[in-house]
Amino acid sequence: MILIPCPWCGPRDAGEFGYGGEIVPRPDPRTATPERWRDYLYLRANVAGWQTERWYHRMGCRRLLTVRRNTVTGEVRPAAEAVER
Amino acid sequence: MTATRRLDPQPGEVIDRRQRLSFSWNARAYPAFAGDTIASALAASGETVFSRSMKYHRPRGLLTASHADPNCTVQVGDEPNVRAAHRLVEPGMDVRAQDAWPSLAFDVKAVTGLAGRFLPAGFYYKTFIRPRSLWPTYERVLRRFSHGGVVSPHRPGSEPQRYDKRHVHPDVLVAGGGPAGMAAAVAAARSGAQVLLVEEDHALGGHLRWGDPVELASLAELRDEVAATDGIEVLTDSVALGCYDHLEVAVLQRGLAHVHERLVKARARALVVAPGLIERPYVFAGNDVPGVLLSSAVRRLVNLYAVRPGDRAVVLTANPQGDAAVADLERAGVEVVHVVDARRGGDVVRAVGRSRVRAVELADGRRIDCDLLLTAVGWTTPATLFTTAGGSLGYDRRTARFWPDAPRLPDGVFAAGGVVGDGTLEQLVEHAGVVGRAAARRAGAGSGDPPVVPELPRNPHPELFRGRTHGIVDFSEDVSSRDLVTAVQEGYSSAELAKRYTTATMGPTQGKVESVNVLAVLAEAIGRTIPEVGTTTWRPPYAPVTLGALAGPHRDPVRRSPLQPWHERNGAVPLVAGAWIRPDHYGDPVAEARTVREAVGIIDVTPIGKLDLRGPDVPKLLNLLYVNRWSRLAVGRVRYGVMCAEDGVVLDDGVTGRLGEEHYLTSTTSGGAASVWEWAESWLQTEHPDWRVHVTPVTTAYASISVAGPRSRELIARVVDDVDVSADAFPYMHVRTGGIAGVAGCVLWRIGFTGELGYELHVPAGHGLHVWERLLARGQDLGVRAVGIEAQRVLRLEKGHLIVGQDTDGLTQAHDVGLEGLVRLDKDDFAGRPELVWRAQAADERRLVGLWPRDEATVPAEGSQLVDAAGRLCGRITSSRWSPTLRRSICLGQVAASLAQSGTEVRVRLPEGGFAAAVVTEHLAAVDPEGVRVRA
Repeated sequence: MILIPCPWCGPRDAGEFGYGGEIVPRPDPRTATPERWRDYLYLRANVAGWQTERWYHRMGCRRLLTVRRNTVTGEVRPAAEAVER
Repeated sequence: MTATRRLDPQPGEVIDRRQRLSFSWNARAYPAFAGDTIASALAASGETVFSRSMKYHRPRGLLTASHADPNCTVQVGDEPNVRAAHRLVEPGMDVRAQDAWPSLAFDVKAVTGLAGRFLPAGFYYKTFIRPRSLWPTYERVLRRFSHGGVVSPHRPGSEPQRYDKRHVHPDVLVAGGGPAGMAAAVAAARSGAQVLLVEEDHALGGHLRWGDPVELASLAELRDEVAATDGIEVLTDSVALGCYDHLEVAVLQRGLAHVHERLVKARARALVVAPGLIERPYVFAGNDVPGVLLSSAVRRLVNLYAVRPGDRAVVLTANPQGDAAVADLERAGVEVVHVVDARRGGDVVRAVGRSRVRAVELADGRRIDCDLLLTAVGWTTPATLFTTAGGSLGYDRRTARFWPDAPRLPDGVFAAGGVVGDGTLEQLVEHAGVVGRAAARRAGAGSGDPPVVPELPRNPHPELFRGRTHGIVDFSEDVSSRDLVTAVQEGYSSAELAKRYTTATMGPTQGKVESVNVLAVLAEAIGRTIPEVGTTTWRPPYAPVTLGALAGPHRDPVRRSPLQPWHERNGAVPLVAGAWIRPDHYGDPVAEARTVREAVGIIDVTPIGKLDLRGPDVPKLLNLLYVNRWSRLAVGRVRYGVMCAEDGVVLDDGVTGRLGEEHYLTSTTSGGAASVWEWAESWLQTEHPDWRVHVTPVTTAYASISVAGPRSRELIARVVDDVDVSADAFPYMHVRTGGIAGVAGCVLWRIGFTGELGYELHVPAGHGLHVWERLLARGQDLGVRAVGIEAQRVLRLEKGHLIVGQDTDGLTQAHDVGLEGLVRLDKDDFAGRPELVWRAQAADERRLVGLWPRDEATVPAEGSQLVDAAGRLCGRITSSRWSPTLRRSICLGQVAASLAQSGTEVRVRLPEGGFAAAVVTEHLAAVDPEGVRVRA
C-alpha cells in the first residue's frame, strides 16, 4: 500500500483514500462533441511514468487532492489541494 | 519406536530436560522435552520417515530440519500442513502424517513410485486430457492422490481460531535476527531509531545457536546487547513475508498465546535485510532417501536438540560449515566413516536405500555402508525482500551464489550478514553495525553524514548443483532433474516456462531450498550459463501464511438506528441492508401494509441519507447535481430530484427541502448517503471552489420516522408542538421545522413514498425513541402500528415509485425510467447534461414499465428474464411483490421500448422453469396513479 502525502494530515496509507484516477479536464458541456465528451468519460492516457491523479482523503480531512505519482516506480510527490487557492 | 537417540546435554541445546512432555505421532505416544520441535522429538526417538513424497510417495525424512524443510509437513489435530521441524511440541499434541494411505510405513500409492520414471514432467496434462469428457472422472480419482492435510470444517459450538492484525511504524525494520540482524538493530537503536527486529526462529541468534563455544559466547553477548538497548522490539517466531510499496513490510507473527497468527503491517522508514543464507541440497540419485541431510540440519539436530541423527556417516563437504558438521558428528559419537571433500574433486554418485540410507556410492567407485549422508555444497540467498522491494539479484560463478545488486538496492533498503558477504563473525558484526547506523540515518535518526558501509569479503566456493546422476530437485513437488531436462527437450527452455510446466519451485518451499538447483539444471540442459537462463521471481509470501491471518479478525461494523433496540424488543425480523440493520417486518408485513392504506403506520427510515446544505450558492450546487431546476424553490417547499452521473446514468434520487433563505436539507437513498456527499464535495472542491456552500452529512444526527396513512395527519397533529399541520397550512411537498413531543429542532416534510398521505419526521437522534413511542401511544385509537421495510417496499411498488439501483442499473438514464419530465435541458450545465441532450434526440431503447402477470398469484422472482413473442430476451423484472391492496401480483420491469405500450404482452421466464404471461400496465403506479391520496 503506497503512502499519500496529504498536505493536511501528512503521509497516510492509501487505504484511507478514495482513488479518483488520472485527472481529465472537464470539457465545456455546452459545446462538447460526443467524441470529446466520451474521451473525457472513458479514455485515459494510462502512462507508464509520472501521472497527475485525484485522491480523496475519505477517512481523514475529506479533501480532494492533486497527486503526482510515478506509475512505474511508485514514487509520489507532495500532494496539493485539488484547486490551489 | 527404537531406543533413544538423545545425547548428553549439549552446550547450546534449547530443550528443557526438566520438563518432560508426551504427544502422539500416528496414534502412538512419544516423549519430548519442552523446546523440542515435533521433528526433533521424533528424531530423538529414532523416527526417520516423516512423510511420503507428492508424486511417487517415496518415504521422506528430514532434509533441512528447519522451517523450510519440505519433507516433514504434518497434520496437528485440526490443523493441516504444519511444519514439524519448526512447530514446538505441546503436551498431548495429536500429530499425524499427511498424504499416506493406509499408513506411513506402507503406502499403497507408492505404486506410482515403482513406475517412477513413468510420471514424467507434464504427465497429468499429457495423459488425462483426452477424451476431454472424462476429465471430471479423472479429476475425482486424482484428487485422492493429491497432497496436503485435511482442513476441518468449523464445528458448531467449537471456538474458531482467532486471527489478529497490528499496524506498527518502526523507524528501522530488521528482517532476520542472526548476528548481523542483532548488530544492525543494536546500532540503529543506539542512533536513536525505533527498531523492530523480526526473527523466524523461536529465538534470536541465527547460525550462532548451533555453533561452537566461541560462537555461543558471542551469541550471549549479542543477545544481552539487544536486551539492554532501548528502542528494540523483538518478534520471534515471526517472518517478513514481503516488502510492499513505500516500505510496508508484512510480518507474520506466530506463537502467541490467544491468537493463532497475527499479521503485523509494519510501515518502516528503512529496512535492513539480514535473513542469512539457506543451505542448498545436492542433486544426485537417491538424494531424497531418508538419512541424506544437509550439514546445517545435522548441526541443528546435534547442537540445539541433542539428537544423534545416525550411527555411521559419510560427509560430502565443500565449505567450513560441512567441516564443522563433521566435528559435531564426532562429538555426538557418530562414526564418520568417510569425508568426501568436494574442494578436492570428491563426489557422491548415489545414495542406496529406500526407507533409510544403507550405503553411498562415490565417484571413485567405492561403496561405503552408512546410515547417514551429509551434504554441504553451498548456499541460496533468500531474495524475497530484495525483489519485492524492487531490487534484483545477480549470480556470481566464483562464489557459486546469488548476490543482491548492491549499488541498486531500492531506496531505504539495506542489507547485512551472509546475503552480502562472508568474513569472520567480527567482520560481519562490524559491517552490520555500520548498516544499522546508515539505516537509522535514513530513517531520520542520528545526525551527520550517513556512514559509508564497507565491503565484506566474498569467499570462493565450488559450483556444486547436480552431480553425475539425476535426483530430486524440488522435494516438495517431487520434481527431478530429469523432469527439468525433459521440459527443456520439449521446448520449455526459459526458467519461467519450465517452472510452470514441471511445477518446480511452486510447492510449499517456494524456491527457498531448490531454486538455484533448478536454474543450474536448466542452464546445463539448455547449454547456457545460470545468468543467461535468468532467475525465477521470488514473490511474496516468503513463508506459508494462513488465509485467516490475511483476513484478520472478523469485523463487519453494522449501523443501527436509535430505534433499533425498540424494534428488537418488539419482534422485528432483522434485515441487513447495506451498512444498516433494519426491521424487515414485525411478523405480518401484509397486515402492516394494510395498516398504512387504511389507518396509519410509522416506519423507521433513519438510514435515509441526509445532507445539510448552507450558503448563498446552494441553488447553484443543486442545479449542478440534479437534472431538475432549483433556482425557484421557495422557502418551505420540497422537490423530488434525480441526479445523474456524467454519463447520464441515474445516480441517486431524493427530496430536497428549503428550510430557510440559505438553508436546505437534501435526502439521498440509504445506500447513496456517502457517495452523494463525496460527489457534492468533488464538484465543490474541484470545479467550483469559489461557491459558498457548506455540505454537512447529518444522516445519523437525526432519527427519521415516516408517518403514513389516511389517519397520519390526525396523529401528527396530536404530537407537534408548534407546527400547523392542517391541509391548507401544510400542503403536499412542503417542509416545516419545529417541535415534536417537546423535542425542538425537528424537520417535517410532507411527502408520500408509500402513496398515502404521509409525513417524514427528522428528530434529533437522541430523542428519536421518545418521539417514536409518543406516536404509538397517541395513535392507539387511530390504529397506529410499527411498519417494517418489507411493507414499505410493497407500498412503494404499488405506487410505482422506483428504487435507484433496483429498478435502475448501471446503464439506466433518466429517460429510460420515465423521469425525462424532470430533466431541464435549458440549464447551462449539470452533471451528465450532454449525454441527456443526445439521449433526448435519440430513439428510446428501453423503458421501465408496470407489469401484471396474467395469473394473479404468480409473483416472478426479481431479476427474472422477459422474452418477446419470438423468444428473444427483451428485458427483466426489477421489482415484484404480491399486492395486498389489489390482491394480485404486481411488478416493475425494464423492457425494450417497442414493447412498452400499455397492453403489450410479454413472457416472464420463471427461474423454477416455464413461462408466465404478463401485460404492460398503463401507469407505473398500480394504486392511485392520479395521486389523490398523497394530496389528501
